[in-house]
Parts: sequence; structure tokens; C-alpha cells
Amino acid sequence: MAPSEEFFSKASIGLRVNGEPVEVSFAPYKTLLEVLREDLQLTGTKHGCELGECGACAVLVDGRPVLSCLVLGLECQGRAVETVEGMASASGLHPLQKAFAELGAAQCGYCTPGFLLTAQALLDANPSPTFRQIQEALAGNICRCTGYVKIFEAVELAAARLRGEEAAPRRETLYGTDYDDSGLLPVLQPGNGSRATSGSETAAVLRGQLDREPSDQRERDGRGTPRSTTSGIEKPDGREPR
Amino acid sequence: MSSPTRVVGRPYEKVDAAAKVTGQTRFADDLVLPRMLHCKMLRSRRTHAILRRVDVSRAAVFPGVLAVATGRDLPISFGILPVSQDEHALCVDRVRFVGDPIAAVAAVDEQTANEALALIEVDYEDLPTIASIEQAVETPSPRIHDYGDRDNFHKLVSMEFGDVEEGFGRAEKIYDDLYFYEGNTHLPLEQHAALADLGPDGKLTLWSATQTPHYVHRALAKVLEMPAARIRVIATPNGGGFGGKSDPFNHEIVVAHLSRMTGRPVKICLTREEVFYCHRGRHPILMRARTGVRRDGSITAMHFQTALDGGAYGSYGVASTYYSGALQTVTYPVPAYRFDGARVFTNKPPCGPKRGHGTPQPRFALEAQLDRIAVDLGLDPAAMRLSNLQPPSSITANFLRIGSMGLGACIEKVVAASGWKERRGKLPPGRGLGLACSSYICGAGLPIYWNAMPQSGVQLKLDRSGGVTVFCGSTDIGQGSDSVLAYVVAEVLGIDPFDIRVVTADTDLTPVDLGSYSSRVTLMTGNAALQAAERAREMLVAAAAEKLQIPGVRVALAESRVFDVEDPDKGLSFADAVIAAESKFGTIGTVGSYTPPPSAGRYRGAGVGPSPAYSYSAAVVEVDVDPATGIYTVPKIWIAHDVGKCINPVLVVGQVEGSVYMGLGEAMMEEMAYRADVNGNVMHKAPSMLEYKSPTTLEMPEVVTLLVEDPDPNGPFGAKEVGQGPLLPIPPAVANAVFDAVGVRIDEIPVTPEKIARALKAKAAGQPARVGPTTFPAIPYPDPVRIPTPAEGGDGRARDLAATGAGGVRKN
Amino acid sequence: MLRLPKFRYFVPRTTSEAVAMKADSGPDSVFVAGGTDLYPNMKRRQQTPGTVISIGRIPELRAVDFSGEGVVIGAGVILSDLENDPGIREACPGLAHAIAEISTPLLRNMGTIGGNLLLDTRCNYYDQNFEWRQAIDFCMKKDGQICWVAPGSPRCLAVQSADSVPVLIALSARVRLVSAAGPREIPLEDLYRNDGIDYTTRTPEELLTAVWLPRPDGWRATYRKLRRRGSFDFPVLSVGAAVRLEGSNVGEARIVLGGVASAPLRLTEAEGRLRGRPLDEDSIRDAADAASGASRPMDNTDFSFLWRKQMTRKYVEAALRELNGAGGERR
Repeated sequence: MAPSEEFFSKASIGLRVNGEPVEVSFAPYKTLLEVLREDLQLTGTKHGCELGECGACAVLVDGRPVLSCLVLGLECQGRAVETVEGMASASGLHPLQKAFAELGAAQCGYCTPGFLLTAQALLDANPSPTFRQIQEALAGNICRCTGYVKIFEAVELAAARLRGEEAAPRRETLYGTDYDDSGLLPVLQPGNGSRATSGSETAAVLRGQLDREPSDQRERDGRGTPRSTTSGIEKPDGREPR
Repeated sequence: MSSPTRVVGRPYEKVDAAAKVTGQTRFADDLVLPRMLHCKMLRSRRTHAILRRVDVSRAAVFPGVLAVATGRDLPISFGILPVSQDEHALCVDRVRFVGDPIAAVAAVDEQTANEALALIEVDYEDLPTIASIEQAVETPSPRIHDYGDRDNFHKLVSMEFGDVEEGFGRAEKIYDDLYFYEGNTHLPLEQHAALADLGPDGKLTLWSATQTPHYVHRALAKVLEMPAARIRVIATPNGGGFGGKSDPFNHEIVVAHLSRMTGRPVKICLTREEVFYCHRGRHPILMRARTGVRRDGSITAMHFQTALDGGAYGSYGVASTYYSGALQTVTYPVPAYRFDGARVFTNKPPCGPKRGHGTPQPRFALEAQLDRIAVDLGLDPAAMRLSNLQPPSSITANFLRIGSMGLGACIEKVVAASGWKERRGKLPPGRGLGLACSSYICGAGLPIYWNAMPQSGVQLKLDRSGGVTVFCGSTDIGQGSDSVLAYVVAEVLGIDPFDIRVVTADTDLTPVDLGSYSSRVTLMTGNAALQAAERAREMLVAAAAEKLQIPGVRVALAESRVFDVEDPDKGLSFADAVIAAESKFGTIGTVGSYTPPPSAGRYRGAGVGPSPAYSYSAAVVEVDVDPATGIYTVPKIWIAHDVGKCINPVLVVGQVEGSVYMGLGEAMMEEMAYRADVNGNVMHKAPSMLEYKSPTTLEMPEVVTLLVEDPDPNGPFGAKEVGQGPLLPIPPAVANAVFDAVGVRIDEIPVTPEKIARALKAKAAGQPARVGPTTFPAIPYPDPVRIPTPAEGGDGRARDLAATGAGGVRKN
Repeated sequence: MLRLPKFRYFVPRTTSEAVAMKADSGPDSVFVAGGTDLYPNMKRRQQTPGTVISIGRIPELRAVDFSGEGVVIGAGVILSDLENDPGIREACPGLAHAIAEISTPLLRNMGTIGGNLLLDTRCNYYDQNFEWRQAIDFCMKKDGQICWVAPGSPRCLAVQSADSVPVLIALSARVRLVSAAGPREIPLEDLYRNDGIDYTTRTPEELLTAVWLPRPDGWRATYRKLRRRGSFDFPVLSVGAAVRLEGSNVGEARIVLGGVASAPLRLTEAEGRLRGRPLDEDSIRDAADAASGASRPMDNTDFSFLWRKQMTRKYVEAALRELNGAGGERR
């Protein structure tokens, strides 16, 4: 028996997790983060420091976004905990999840659950936050991939949709400013992807396909570019490795 | 539509987006196997010492402990580069920095493993420590490693392209400046984690948060002395990489070994502090830039010297050293160029590749110096650059082959969008605008270890259900590489990318791709996927043509159908076309591979710098400086990036914004700070997310992204990289903006308020209005290898040294 | 993953139960409210109590009561509740602002005002993992002998870092401490000692139950904080300032620095230079001069200590200008 097991017996609590009543036993010094991930197999809640310095582990306890790495599991007796696993419903993704997916606001996706729940609490309390209020509400979550830009935009987009508005991403969000292309489409998602194109576009595609040749053909003809051959590499004397 | 493509160029959602927003993406630490053990590693508490004794006997019998390993169990060294195999899974006889691993425990849970670590006894015999570049230069012994070019120099290089003295002779003015760029780290939100499972069949599987499963595979085979064929490495989706997960790491080998010892799965997840010790981040680089120019700002010659603080191990350091001089030539013509580079070993966590690998530092020096030159010559910094652009389809003095080159368009776009001409110099006191440009490679021309095989491979499987699966060794680290594979294949086969299954980064299932580093993935895997898809398309076309009884040229693939282009109603569903093809050819599988074109340079060191294509960026940064305190904010950034062609614009914009963020963090606040001589140690000052200052939502400025598409013939559909290049112009643009705002030069990254305050004080006292390095150590660079430039009629080889008597030979 | 060490955990329902449990548990026990300071310290083994007594479920500690005399804030009031309390925002906007400057929104949803007042002093030789501290042979504050900030120092130089404290002292707040022996009430200023280890005058048995803030009565207060980033970071220099004008002159002034010593630093000389004078550029400059002389930060936080000292003048000036209504935007 490991000493960690003999020192104290496990504690049991009852709580609601994502709306479902749950009873769970765990070593009494475990944090909510550890209980969720290790005892309830809810690994959607992430951890980046376990010291309250990154925001990756944010969950809602009684509707309030808190850091699960600094909440004792025992403290959650009788409380309602919401994690990223509980955001989507039978009718589909939460508008925040949908907007994050649409805009690429989740790059690596590791900080995403914490951002989503923090943003959900914001929109629950304030359906029409200003840009500044969004920045301030999310100031306890670190993201290293996105520069937050797409995250802010996704929260704005989701807020508008939750208010019942027909909102779509801004053109600059998808293409940058001043992009030279005449026919720009909204975000294409599963279910509205390549099957949703118009007849004229199909015609354009067909013309394009007739113009194009396989790359093997290009290579055989010696035209195009010197790319992709299995013998294209030559070791000159004494070159450094890279 | 300006382009006939129907998937490429459009803002598709990422294929893994739904998994990521629902928390269902399985990162390495989310994996749990039955009977799984937990590993913790004991790390050195001394900076530089000989290990006299490592006694694990008490830990080994601690209840709950199943195995303990030390360096003696794994004596074979490894490392990412063949020339610097200087790391051990666990230190054998020497520790080289605080954090170097010494022993490892596998136990029933993490708590028990931690408690057991405390029972391991280590006797150290301290050695003198080296904390800085200067100290390393001055301390020939003891050597931190017994290999390297000499003393504590890991690498010393010198190359001269063209006649540099002649070039300086043609200059109307020569500028000689010193710059310093402090080290910083990747800080991915996900801490490194790995899970190893040696099954009863004697085969090992390792799941790891790595950007380079192929190199991990090689390192495991070498150190564990196991046939590579019995090892499978699966890279889990990386919770952020940025270069920090692209070395094979000791913890990956350790859990594999512990699984072999126990016959049970073993997992490790590093603490945040341990992630700081893994590091492999930005090298601190001290730089001297001597640049000769004509009055129009054109460069006649440049002599660029670098000194890199490498930390305790080699990592990618030899490549980093070359990179610190390689790309100075690809933006503006440098007809005569000399580069001297040095990398020293110090007793700190090893530096390696971080986003921009070895190039943000020299880029900062070059762009800051050009700003100084423009101001001094009375030229507009934007106009000066615009009139001195490296031409497209050209070869630089150091034999880098430039294809498409959209820097001019990038500069014009940021100048127009930011109101540069109208606003610069007319802003309220304390406000300023700064401009800088940059370029980055789209994958390296040569692989890390010598071989003639492709750098990227893709296999495609089409089955009779109409299902298409793409197999590729590439690793999605959040940049969307899995999606790029799906988009390219969907484009060629005329199907919905969301119908495609993408299997990546599994050395058992997927053909080798070298990994997610050097911005190589879109270009290389994209080309490999294109080739595989086109080969599949040929089979589908042949079978459908036969079935439809029409000539093959009339067969089109679109909207998940294969049909007659003259009579679109006449056709097959995609699935029926696959059935026709499978009936005709048998099981349908195709392959594609990609090897970059051979590089033009043939000299030693020519392996670093060549790339199939170069991306270009230009940025304007606006700052608001409080002259009373030096405190400043960045309200807005305009950035233009030449990406060749967007495979997916929304992902391109996302990469630009993320690069701007990371560049701004480096420019303003991020640094790997150390304290020397605390209890005789060199300590990381604060290895935590609280004290390593990563910008929050409140520091992020408004970003105006402007995409430039100058398609490159080597890119799939013309695409070039976007993951790293847009970081590069930000640090110099911040420094240049601060100069524009308050008239002081901060020649040192990060540009902190303290430094601005110090420079303003110096300016007020009539001293040079500058903060930055003032001395450059006497580094014994070798005599340069002289390489005649293309303009001199050079063929890419170094001049015959025996014939000329020139020096510059380095030992092998 | 960093994990908590093992400990006993009690959840009393009343204050008297809490102090009785504390008396029973002895010196190896601590109170915890939000846990945002204690639990990270426990994970890093800076604090290793055998017993943790949570006061998070004691209703009487969670109330904010306004009366003619002022306001009584229960020590267990959550920071974000206090920050958003309409009465507090109305009566003491300077306090509401100071609280909004604490760490992050997520941590303010957990931390309490009592916890912030008793925040452990901070030092970048101390706020480290066990293993890091082991490598420096520990420090005076925990497990070691030497204060690495100033190896000759006879006392620990860890820094007072709570955002709410300077402005509350400037507003003459008092606190209530309760032990099994009974309650006592002291000025908040007297709660602190300039010693990084023994940084409060609270005895281990005492539970801080409430903060009492007198009616504003003409006092205006503000708070200025120096830190690297707009959130997360502790103050490495802060100014709490309050003035009461009599006619056009300063009747009384109280200025308190945080983040530069082990205790909040009351700037009596600077206060004296304001008294009886109009709050104008002259008097502000004089006061800032005095403040600058008194500020002696050490090299144990973010930013260089020399610059932090230089910034003292600027931050005091900015705070006083704001109280003069001259505004000056916050950075």
C-alpha cells in the first residue's frame, strides 16, 4: 500500500456536474481539477500551471467562473459544476463553441475550454458586453496561439447570435483587410461545405480542372518547378546538416 | 472567382474544430491506460557538477514504487542534430544546469512518485559555472562539453560572400552598431507529457506531445537499443508548440525505459517549472552589425557578427548559429556579405528553435539599424526599403534562390493602411510609428540528418464506400496542418473536406513527414498530398471515362461526383467512381512525396538558409510612450504578409495575429531571466507563468492584417508559410516606433519601460540617447571561408583554399 | 501536476466554531477562505499546515452592512462581489478600483477581502517550488537561514503585495479579530509589521472577521498600481492616497505605499507637506519628493528596484493629481 492511500481514506461528496447528479470519492486533498480529470474522467478541463496563473482550468461553480486548480474537491459538496463537456446540448454546439470553431479561435485548443466557460459566464450576466468588457472578463485566461483577436471576435459573434441577431463574421476577420478577391464566402462548416456551391461556381471549377495537369505530367515535361522528386537531393562535400 | 479552386482559398472550418471546442481533443496528459504508472524525474539542484553518487536504494523500496532509473541504465547519448548528440536521458556523470534530470521513478500515483524522489541521495562535486556569453568567452575551462569547436565554444563559423572590404570601400557611409536580443521561451499552454506502453509483444508505443515524432522515433531506437521497427511514436495534438516540442526529450525516453522495466504503461506530465527547464527557446544573441550604404540607402556591404548563448546542450544550436546570419540577404540586396557566428555553452537550460528560429534576433538588428540609417540619411524608412528590394526570381550573394517576392506590396499596404506618410512625425507627443520588414523560409532545403529520401510523404486510401483517408506523418500543433491535408485532397478529388479522414503523426500508420518545424508543413505536406491526390484522381478519371464511355479529358470531379464536363448530368457519384476504379485497378492507394529542390549553395554551411520559397512581411507599429516613466502601450499594429496563396484565409489571418502576439510579447516583456551566484548556482529567476510575462488580453492591440498573395511556383497552389514569418518584423518595429515617439534607441529586446526611462535620462543629460550593449567580446572567429557570389561568377562553392592560401578551415 | 500535500480539513459553520477548532488544532493549523494564496503556497510547500480550517461557509462573514457609521465588510466577502457592490462603488470608488486591480477576474471570483488583507508577503526567492528553493538552500522565510535579497539582513525582506491594503489604510479602516479569548478591533494600519515573516500582529489563534470603513465624510481616495501587465501581476509599487479638503486647502491627507517594504508604508512626511496647502502642482511635487525619499524597494520583485524607486514619485504625483480632480489617465 502506498502511503498516499493509507494516510487518509477517501472522502465522498455529492454534486451536480453538467446538470447531472454525481457522487464521487477521492483523496480529500485533491482539487476540483484533479477530481474532474482523474475521478470523473472529464479531461476537457485542462491545466497549465496548477497555481492560478494561466486560466486553462476554469470551470463554472454555481455559475461563477473559477479556477478548478485552486478549489478543493471537498468544497464542491452540493454545488453545481459546469465544464466544457456540458456546454453543447442535444440541439448542437453552444453558440460560443460554434463561433470559436467558425473563426479559428481555437488553434491548439488547449486554453479553449477555460475561455469558453469564462465567456459563457460573461454572456450569461451581460448579453451585450462592450469590446472592453470582453477583454476585461477574459483577462485571467492566457492564450499563446491566437493573440486573442479571434477569441474576442468569436465572443462578440456568439453574443449577437444569443441575442437573436442574424450575425455573421466580419469580412476582415476571415480575409484580413483589403483582400483582393471578388467572391468571398462565409465560413464553410461540416454540412455546408463543398456541397453548397452554386452552379456558376461548378462551371468555374470545371474550367479550372480542364486547365490543370497532374504534377507528374509537369515533371515529365520538365516544365513548372523543380519540385518533389525522390532524387532531388545531392550531398555536396562537407555541407553542414541542418 | 479569381481562382478556379473551390476548397483552396476559402474559409473552411478546421477539420478538428468541433473536437477542440467541445474539449474532446485528446492531449497527451488526457490519456489513461489500465495499470498505468506515473513517472517523476529528480532534477539537478546544482548548476554544474560532477555526480559523485546517486543512491536510489531507499526510493526503490518505497511502497508504491515499481521502478527507479538512473543515467547508468541509459548510457547512450542522443540529440536532435547528428553533430551534437550530447544529451542523456538521465545525466550519467555530470549535471550542466539546475533542472538537468538525474533519476526517475515510476510509481502507482504521482504523489507517491514525488515522495520517492525525496529519498534519492545525490552527492555533487561542484564545478565553476558559466552564466553568460561574456563569461563563456573568458572561460576556456572547465569545458561544459568535451566536444565543440574549442573551449566553451560549441560552434564558430565565418563566411565571406563577395569582397566585403571592396564593398565597404564603395560605401558612402558605414554604420557599426551593437544589438542584443534577450532569450525567451515558447510557453505553450500544454505542459509536455508522454505515455509509454511496452506491450507483451515486445513492441513499444509512445504517445507524446511532440512536434517531431520521426526524430523521437530515431532517438528512442538509439538510446533504448531497440529495433526502430518495434517502436511506434504517436504525436498527440500539441497544446501549443512554437518550436518548444521539436527536440527528442529525456522524459520521452525515460517513460519508455520505465515501461520496459515494469511491463506497464508509464505516463509523465511535466510541471510548468520543468517546462521552463526543457526550454529550447530563443537564444540570447549579442550582435554587431557593420553596414555600408550609399546615400540612397542601398547596401554595399555588410559584416554581421553574432554570439549566441546556447545554454547547456547542443539542441538545434548549430543550425541556430547559421540561421543567425543566413537570412540577412533575402529582403534587400547585400552584394558583399560577411557573417561570423559563434555559439557558446553556458550552464542554463538549452536554447533551441523558437518561432522564427535564429532569425528574429538578426532581423531585429538589421531593421533597427536600417531605421537608424534612414533617419541619418534623411530618407523615409519605408521608401528607402521600397527602393532597395531583393528582386523576385533571383539568387542572393549567399546563394539563396528567391522565388516569389511580395515584400514591396507588403510595405505599400502597411504604409497606406497605417497612414504612415500622413501621420508619421505629426502625432501628438509620445506617440510614434515604427516600420520593419522580414522574410522567412518555407521549410528547410535539407533534412536534419543526411538522406536522399523525401522530407514529406502522404498516402491516400480510397475505399469502395467512397471514403478517403489521408495518412501523413505531420503533426498538428494548432496551426491547422491536418486541415490543410484535407483541403488539398478535397480540392483535387472534388469532395467535401469534412468527408475526409485525416490520420497523422503515427510512425506505424503514416509515412514519414519530418515534423512541424521550420514552417515546412503547408508547403511540403501540401505538395505531397497534391501528388498523392492527383495520382488517385488519374485512376478515378480512367475508370470513370471507361464507365461513361467518354475521353478522360472530359471527366471532371466536383461536388462529390465524377462526371462528363460536356454533359454534367451524365456521371457517377464519387463512391461509384471509386468502385469503378477499384474494379479496374484493384485496391486503391496512392502515395505522394516531396523533396525540396537542390540548393544553389555548395559551401560548408549552405545547408542553412535555402528553402523552396520565402514568405515576406512588413509591419507598422504604433506606440504611446509616457516620457515621464518610460511606460508605453501599443494601441495598434498593421501587418502585411505575403503568403503566396491562402489555402484557407481565416487560418492564415489567425497565424498572422498569433505571430504578432508572440512577437509583441518578446518585444515588450518576455525574457528568460537568470540570477547567477545564488548559493553558487545559476538560477532561473522565476520559472512560473506569473513571473514569465506573457501578454494578456489587456495588452493585445488592435491588429490590421493585410494579406498579399504572390504565388510561388514551389508552393502547393502557390502557397508559402505564415506560421513564423509575421513574428519577425514586430520587435524591430516596436523599437523603431519608440524612437519615433521619444527619440531614443533601445537596441536591446525586450524594450522595457525601464530602458526607455534610462535612455531618456541619458538623452536629457546630453549623453547618447540609447540603451543597448556597448561592447562585443573578443571572439576567436576563424578566418572566413571565401565564397564567390553569383555576381562574381561563383558556382556556389568556396574558393579553392589551397590555391589562394585563405584560411577558414574548420576541423571535422 | 502540482498537487497539494496531505492535510486535515474542517468546515466550521460559525465564527465561534471556527476559532474553537483553531484553538484545538494548535499552531499547525491555518484558516483558509478563497484559497488563492494558501493553496499555491501549499503546492509549492511554502506552507505545510497539518490542518486547514475553511471559513468559506460561515454566513456571518459574507455580509456587507452599511450604517450611519460606515460600512462593515465581512472578511469572507468575495472580491468580485465587493468590487461590484453598488454601495461600495458609491461610497468608496477608490476601494472598488483597488479591488478591481487584484490579480484576475477568475481569482477575484474566489479570493476574499480578508484573504487579501492577510496575503502572504512575496519575494522571488520565496515564491518558488520546493525544488527551486532547495537549490538555493532555501531562504530565511521558509526552511533556510539567509535572506538572499540582502544576505546581511537580520530580517526577511519579502514584500507586502495586497492591492486593497494601501487604500484601506488611507481611508482609516479598522479590522476585527476574534479568538477563543474574545474579539478585538484595531486600525488596519496596526495589523502590519515590517517583517517579511511576521508580517502581521494577528496571533495565530485569531480569525480576521471584518473590515470596518468609516463614512467617507469628505474623504476622497484613489489607488495606483505599477505592474508589468494589466492583470495577473501583483503590485511592485502601489499608492493608496486619500485627502479631505477644507475649503480649498488640504485638511488631512493619508498616503500609503505598497509593494516596497514588508509592511504598507505610511508616508507621514509627504502627508505633512500637503496639509494646509492647496492640492496644486507645488504641494504635490513636495509630497512626491518626500515619498520618493521614503521608498526603498529591494530587488525581489518584477522590474528593477531602482526604477521602482524612481516611479514612486511619478505614481504619488499621479494619485494626488487624480484626487485634485486633474485626472490623468491611468496606465
